[in-house]
Amino acid sequence: MDLGTVDDILLPGSRADLPPGRADTAVLAGGTWLFSEKQDHLATLVDVTALGWEPLTVTETGLEIAATCTIETLARYTSPWPATALFPRCAAALLASFKIWKTATVGGNIALALPAGAMISLTAALDGVGQVWSGDGPDHDYRIAIADLVTGPHANALRPGDVLRSIDIPLHALQSRTAMRKLALSPLGRSAAVVIGRVDDGGEFVLTVSASTVRPFVLRFTGLPTAAELDDALAATIGPQHWYDDPHGAPDWRRHISCTAAQQIREELS
Amino acid sequence: MIVDINGVPTDVTPRPGQCLRTLLREHDHFEVKKGCDAGDCGACSVLVDGEPVHSCIFPAFRAADRSVTTVAGLGTPDDLHPMQSRFVEAAGFQCGFCTAGMVVTASTLTEEDLDELPERLKGNLCRCTGYRAVSDAVCGVVNTEKSVDGPACGRSLAAPASTRIVTGTEPYTLDHTPAGLLHASVLGSPHAHARIVSVDTTAAEQVPGVHLILTAKDSPATAFSTARHDRRVDDPDDTHVLDTVVRFIGQRVAIVVAESVAAAEEGCRALVVEYDVLPAVFDPESSLAPDAPKIHGDKDATARIADPSRNLVAELHGSTGDVDAAVRDAAAVVTGRWTTQRIQHVHLETHGTIGWLDETGKLNLRTSTQVPFLVRDEICEIFGLARDRVRVFTARVGGGFGGKQELLTEDVVALAVLRTGRPVQFEFTRTDEFTVAPCRHPFRVDVTAAASADGTLTALAIDVLTDAGAYGNHSAGVMFHGCGESVAIYRCANKRVDAKTVYTNNIPSGAFRGYGLGQVMFAIESAMDDLAREIDVDPFEFRRRNVIVPGDDIVAAHHEEDDLQFGSYGLDQCIDLAEAALRRGNGEHAPAGWKVGEGMAVAMIATIPPRGHRAETSVALLPEGRYEIRVGTAEFGNGTTTVHTQIAASELGTSVDRIGVDQSDTDSVTYDTGAFGSAGTVVAGKALYAAVRAMSARILDLAATATGHRNSDCTLGPEGVRCGDRFVTLDDILAMAGGTLVTAGNSGGLPRSLAFNVHAFRVAVHEDTGTVKILQSVQSADAGTVMNPQQCRGQVEGGVAQAIGSALYEEIRTDGAGLVTTDSIRSYHVPQFADIPRTEVLFADTYDRLGPFGAKSMSESPYNPVAPALANAIRDAVGARLYDLPMSSDRVWRAVSGRRTSAE
Repeated sequence: MDLGTVDDILLPGSRADLPPGRADTAVLAGGTWLFSEKQDHLATLVDVTALGWEPLTVTETGLEIAATCTIETLARYTSPWPATALFPRCAAALLASFKIWKTATVGGNIALALPAGAMISLTAALDGVGQVWSGDGPDHDYRIAIADLVTGPHANALRPGDVLRSIDIPLHALQSRTAMRKLALSPLGRSAAVVIGRVDDGGEFVLTVSASTVRPFVLRFTGLPTAAELDDALAATIGPQHWYDDPHGAPDWRRHISCTAAQQIREELS
Repeated sequence: MIVDINGVPTDVTPRPGQCLRTLLREHDHFEVKKGCDAGDCGACSVLVDGEPVHSCIFPAFRAADRSVTTVAGLGTPDDLHPMQSRFVEAAGFQCGFCTAGMVVTASTLTEEDLDELPERLKGNLCRCTGYRAVSDAVCGVVNTEKSVDGPACGRSLAAPASTRIVTGTEPYTLDHTPAGLLHASVLGSPHAHARIVSVDTTAAEQVPGVHLILTAKDSPATAFSTARHDRRVDDPDDTHVLDTVVRFIGQRVAIVVAESVAAAEEGCRALVVEYDVLPAVFDPESSLAPDAPKIHGDKDATARIADPSRNLVAELHGSTGDVDAAVRDAAAVVTGRWTTQRIQHVHLETHGTIGWLDETGKLNLRTSTQVPFLVRDEICEIFGLARDRVRVFTARVGGGFGGKQELLTEDVVALAVLRTGRPVQFEFTRTDEFTVAPCRHPFRVDVTAAASADGTLTALAIDVLTDAGAYGNHSAGVMFHGCGESVAIYRCANKRVDAKTVYTNNIPSGAFRGYGLGQVMFAIESAMDDLAREIDVDPFEFRRRNVIVPGDDIVAAHHEEDDLQFGSYGLDQCIDLAEAALRRGNGEHAPAGWKVGEGMAVAMIATIPPRGHRAETSVALLPEGRYEIRVGTAEFGNGTTTVHTQIAASELGTSVDRIGVDQSDTDSVTYDTGAFGSAGTVVAGKALYAAVRAMSARILDLAATATGHRNSDCTLGPEGVRCGDRFVTLDDILAMAGGTLVTAGNSGGLPRSLAFNVHAFRVAVHEDTGTVKILQSVQSADAGTVMNPQQCRGQVEGGVAQAIGSALYEEIRTDGAGLVTTDSIRSYHVPQFADIPRTEVLFADTYDRLGPFGAKSMSESPYNPVAPALANAIRDAVGARLYDLPMSSDRVWRAVSGRRTSAE
């Protein structure tokens, strides 16, 4: 929709052109969410796609996903790493259609911090770490795990002026075996639960519960847990207040289907 | 910047925060529709450099130096793109508002994509068809017949507007921009109940571009109802254009008229309003309590509210026989409490009106309504204008489902035009539809039903409470109608109906497909299923024994008036057809471990609303054997225009392409109550039938006189009249008539007949997640003569799809204090392609003696039996009864878990 209060679009040529953080200024990436709701508090959009970041870069330590990498580019990425099979599946877990994948970005989906943000589920499940350009300048840049970056529904740890630059997926996670469940109130509806499990080469089992919870929860086990151990860990880690309540599913049901999915994943990866 | 739009390099200057959709529309690319304006519905889909995007969330500045292709750039009516041809041939649309985006998206699909249509089309919502027709279109299935000479009734002809719809060239309400157009925006109340103490407009007046600010002091004094009926006194006069008291969150406080929507919105934000917040009530039960705040306590008898001191809009009490005695003596008794939720129509075209004064000073309103004449009459009432000073008309309307039987935008535009003298537009946002527009009435229905051991229904009693919301629009009518055919369909010696509809400070409830019947039938048909189960009688058999048949009295709260008759009867066939289809099966198997169940429900509806439904029509013979029909009712995807051309062509012995239609314009036709109550075929169509019969008779008279033959020797054909060995052309006839030949016909909507629908499901339920999968869906319908089988099938499928949404997914939620929390399609699940199974549609073979060509209505009724049939199937599968809608997976899971717990 038209954002009637926006009177300026900044197209930065380099990081130096980024404006200081202000309440009336927002980062524009794909714009697919920003333009989907009223933003009457905004006057300026900073189009970070103008910075021309390489969408996907293989590094010595893993895969660097630029925040502006589109969901379509990520979903189409092929590699010998087994865990990248999750990329198209997580894209499909989004309510957004394939048309929106063409412009929506991975970083935008993460920074938006909605429980159903499947790019959060994906990157949190693969130990993704965000590289953040600090609004206070390059000396203050920092790295933060995606599981910590998202702090609640529509809430993240970024400060005004901070820009999520990229998400690093480490090699050990890319090389892991994975399993995933997505559940919703309708066959292709907005996710009520996205549960992703992973077994690393060293046998470590990592389970990430998202969409059903107010933020992603990552449970780590040195080896494959027993069913009871998994249940106990879920109950101990995710409190009653953490199960999300919105029109896409009641909290008691979300807890139930998430825990069931977790057990199915445990069995699938055993 | 330069954008190549459909091959034309175009110099454009987008505003910084503008999206591509509005940029294109501002350059007269009206084919790009606004459905949700949020990237959810796909109606605005266009190609950017060949790739499909949702233009409403695509920043306009990013289109610089790129090529944009809209649906109009894919093909033209004379040179259709192959995908456009497919949508015409499959009849892949009804209102057609989603079609532009659907065609654009489908044009990018490959052969491999056809296997993944649910995924590929999940970003394109269609509210009318139920997706079967869309699927057929994308896959190249041909469902329509070519227009040829010969009787057109009973054939699957394409809608007259087909080629324009698939190319985006059929204009809808707002696809027109008069010079100097201003825009209105409304400031809504943040409080559920408050007195407006003051509105300081000083700052708003300084906002650049603001022309006019309207508050309660500018409002006409006349009270009215947003609900429109043939008799305006049917609804309480409890509403003002702008009131000094606001009774729900979002109610108009002030209107700002400005050069642009952005300026008008900024003007609204600059208003300073002081409120005196009043106590509010949100639960209808509490609203009846003596100490509840009186929401319309300031009204007197002239408002026609049953009892403002009790928040009572209307009530109904009636009985026959002795229910209590019958219950005492029964072999089995079922009691239960059922509830239904708030539902939004989600017609893809939001409400909107453009108004202006023409050169004679006449107020013109081009508006998205089902009832142009009723809107005209009420605008005259509110503003004290003579009827010849106001013209109300519609272009094609992008869906309605009852939501446009309300006056929601026209009064704002009328006031703004009269004050500024300038053209003014007021367009609802999608969020307005969820938070301000009337919703389907939530019902609480208590049912008591009893049967004897031989399976005879001996008692049926209902106690109904409905939440009118803050205003009484449609609430009385919905309550009365809801308790009508739902009860009357059963032959039962002892019946009792008690019903109340009460004000609360929730958003107003209004007219919605089925008009109350669906809510009550959900309860009664669920109770009947339980009762049949109690006495161990098959549910089909139970209905056969207990539904009314011709000769029975038609009894609900009272004996129905004589104006309701069995013009035909096909309920017996419908029951047989649905049962046979279910027994036949369809080869769909449940996933391993899922529980399977079957369920059914029956529905009856009067073919025409009570209390007046009139249509006046005319037909004119034009040169070269063409005719023009003038009909008042509106086309909003119901297909009446197709049927009307078929009726005219059949009677006039010509082809539908020689029939022009001038419709839904108060300046073209003398009167039509409007497109509601499924009246488009049976009232307007019947009136038109009278007009064209008069025309054919006149033509034959003229030909017979000219040739000296008897009328009975003359035959009317497409080119003229064959009289024995003589042939008189239609141009000769026109000349004989002095150059003008017009005949008229009308229908008073009486007597009314009865139409029937039976739905049956076989479902699989996954108990551990509560997921319901529909394995087989069957609906049998008694529509009398089926005028256009493809179109009628589409109506049934669309009704079923909308009802599946209501049954399983959709719910407008509030925070319990009047604030709607589901204010977008993203938070309110409208069925997607993936959600809707194919429904087998089976028609009973009947001929109605009251309807035109033997036809009956078939618009609202397919919706009504679906939710209870699904509830009964779920009950059959898992042994748990769902009492509340929607029957979402979480609720099904909880019901199954509860049953397990209680069994343990």
